[in-house]
Amino acid sequence: MYKLTKAILTVSLLALSFAATAQSLPGIGRTATPKEIAAWDIDVRGDFKGIPKGKGSVALGNKVWDEKCASCHGTFGESMEVFGPIVGGTTANDVKTGHVLALADGSEPKRSTLMKVATLSTIWDYINRAMPWNAPKTLTTDEVYGVVAYILNMGEILPSDFVLSNENIAEVQKLMPNRNGMTRDHDMWKVKGKGDVKNPACMKDCTKKVEITSVLPDYACDAHGNISEQNRHFGAVRGADKLIACDPHPSIAELNRIYNTPYKPNGGSAKAATVAISKPTTVAPEVVEATGVELLKQNKCTACHGMTKKIVGPGFAEITAKYKGDAKAEERLIGVVTNGGSGVWGGTMPPHGHIKAENIKTMVKAILAGEK
Amino acid sequence: MSNELKKPGRILRAPENFIDASLSTAITKDGLNEERRDFLRKSFVAASAVVAGSAALTQAAMAATPEGDPLILNHTEYDQTLGLPVAANPYGVPSKYEVNLVRRESPGLTQVGGASVAFAPLQGLFGIITPSGLHFERHHQGWQDMDPTKHRLMVMGMVKNPKVYTMDDLMRLPSVSRMHFIECGANTATEWGNVAVPTVQYTHGMVSCSEFTGVPLSVLLDDCGFDKKNGKFVLAEGADGSGMTRTISMENALDDVIVAYGQNGEMLRPENGYPLRLVVPGVQGVSSVKWLRRIEVGDKPFDTKDEVSHYVDLMPNGMTRQYTSIQEAKSVITSPSGGQVLMGKGFYNITGLAWTGRGKITRVDVSADGGRTWRTARLETPVLSKALTRFNIDWVWDGSPAILQSRAMDDTGYVQPKINQLRGVRGTKSIYHNNAIQSWRVADFGEVTNVQVN
Repeated sequence: MYKLTKAILTVSLLALSFAATAQSLPGIGRTATPKEIAAWDIDVRGDFKGIPKGKGSVALGNKVWDEKCASCHGTFGESMEVFGPIVGGTTANDVKTGHVLALADGSEPKRSTLMKVATLSTIWDYINRAMPWNAPKTLTTDEVYGVVAYILNMGEILPSDFVLSNENIAEVQKLMPNRNGMTRDHDMWKVKGKGDVKNPACMKDCTKKVEITSVLPDYACDAHGNISEQNRHFGAVRGADKLIACDPHPSIAELNRIYNTPYKPNGGSAKAATVAISKPTTVAPEVVEATGVELLKQNKCTACHGMTKKIVGPGFAEITAKYKGDAKAEERLIGVVTNGGSGVWGGTMPPHGHIKAENIKTMVKAILAGEK
Repeated sequence: MSNELKKPGRILRAPENFIDASLSTAITKDGLNEERRDFLRKSFVAASAVVAGSAALTQAAMAATPEGDPLILNHTEYDQTLGLPVAANPYGVPSKYEVNLVRRESPGLTQVGGASVAFAPLQGLFGIITPSGLHFERHHQGWQDMDPTKHRLMVMGMVKNPKVYTMDDLMRLPSVSRMHFIECGANTATEWGNVAVPTVQYTHGMVSCSEFTGVPLSVLLDDCGFDKKNGKFVLAEGADGSGMTRTISMENALDDVIVAYGQNGEMLRPENGYPLRLVVPGVQGVSSVKWLRRIEVGDKPFDTKDEVSHYVDLMPNGMTRQYTSIQEAKSVITSPSGGQVLMGKGFYNITGLAWTGRGKITRVDVSADGGRTWRTARLETPVLSKALTRFNIDWVWDGSPAILQSRAMDDTGYVQPKINQLRGVRGTKSIYHNNAIQSWRVADFGEVTNVQVN
């Protein structure tokens, strides 16, 4: 238990009833009101604890679907363009067995929501809390019932005249195609569980033959852009600008030969020698230079010059106005900033020769252009 | 000026022993274009066998003049001018030269940016802490920058006194600061069936590690008087559009779960749940609910979408493991890694990351020959429970083809499996929880690419 609790335990004779006392952390937080709890307690559990009263027909769901869901999920819930498919891959036999066959035999590589989800509450809860995509939590309770009914209708689980409600939803649960397809009997959600895959951690002579089974497919060779721009342009290594190993791809058989025969430089692989060492190139990053106004701030010019008004020296906007149309102003002002000057505004400008000449030029141009 | 800035650090040395001086000069001046690249390839066909993989093209490999390197002999633009004043960048930003290592999306992985992933650039990061701005992103319905003064956390359900806390309340409570990794359950998902992406950013970049600061969840559960007899699970819910929800077992909740507001010394970044998130150490990232607004105590799991239908494991027999949580021991070499090019033969520091959701990393072994032989790497301190651990091992590359692998072990005795061992139990239909050994092939011309090795 926590330190603060411990401290209180040690000083309190009521230690044993600590957990039952109303205020264990004095002055922290407040009791939630029933209305607040009702507003936020929207989750619906597998046993339908938490589901609100209401009902929605397949027809209502169809209407809402066409207006608010079909653009992403497709007219029949089959679309894979934006998200995974909602409907598809289940059969009348799956509804009987409660275990979707396509998940076991792999006959339907794209897994739809109806193939996967065992608990109807999950679909209800998710639509209620997170849909439509760009306006979550805007459907009415009845609309949520309707959309759930329509999805099940598209999956040929409910008839077209069905009205889904809080009263019959537990019965409909018994039709879910993958209701028996789940297991929680594994160690992957136990803090003290054990792994299900074993590796003996061999150190020497672990394998006779190195077996390469897969390399980057051709379509993926440059799909991620220029990798040299995704690594530093200095340091231990560089990024490749185009993967030579992909161009042309050595076959997996050729690779396995290379990695299982003693290496002879240039002797074994003509292709490797062809491209030898020509590769490393470096793309220096595109350096984004500071703008004139940023330089004015970085160099603390703004300590004495306001962007618009005088502080110690004139405001930049005042300078812009004064020199408007003066072709020689840039050169003159560069001189004043670099070497200092006096008289024009009734004060003294100290020299700033330590600032890089090109930065002074950038700043003067920015002032004359009235940049903000 | 930008041209000038491109000069430092550019690799300009060509293998001039085998090409004529004018080409060498052209390459030095303008870099390698297709024409010159092609010419180089032809040159190497004719060149001696010794060439392969041998020329070091590092910057300033040779002095530019007989007298020495002008960068040493002459003054520089930095050593004879005044630098910028303090607070020129009030909230500091990285050097303008550090623009290559950023979070990136993997093209084609998702169709909508609001329900997508941006991967952390592991290939160039050091140590175990991920800079907050580079922590991987995964959102289910976009991210929000929420006003902390309007944020509320409610703890309710099977408690004696359901309560509402403001950020003021939570930040008055005693806090803990702990370093933990967060790894998406789908990290390395693209590699279940075959190699699919080129670099470690895309194979493993959905893991990051931060020092999180906040209140132990157990303190709040105690404060509300949770039902110790029947309260077996808690539901965590986010305040964003997705209303992200996950069930967490009470055993886990009381163990080391943090209601966090701090990350690496500052507040959480908006993309990571500002102003409040849950951190469930060792468990797949989706449980570390961002923008946390509600904790409900219950007697049964809550059957939310992202625990019964997503983030689950479809086994070869067609049964699906629900509520998978623990991120098992895993490691990856971050450099040299896929898409990188070695700069010639000689010494390299093989470096990488190891982590386990079950406790501490105890050992990492590294192979440079595709798993025939292994050597034990150095674990750099600190080695913390459910945090990234950095490993390093010396390697002298002799220019021959190599396959680099790393293999982590944790304090439960679990050993990170090979991909064929993992597939032997879980099949290839799963999307999540791929913790297999990663293999990087080093070709004799120095290029590193992603391969799978049984």
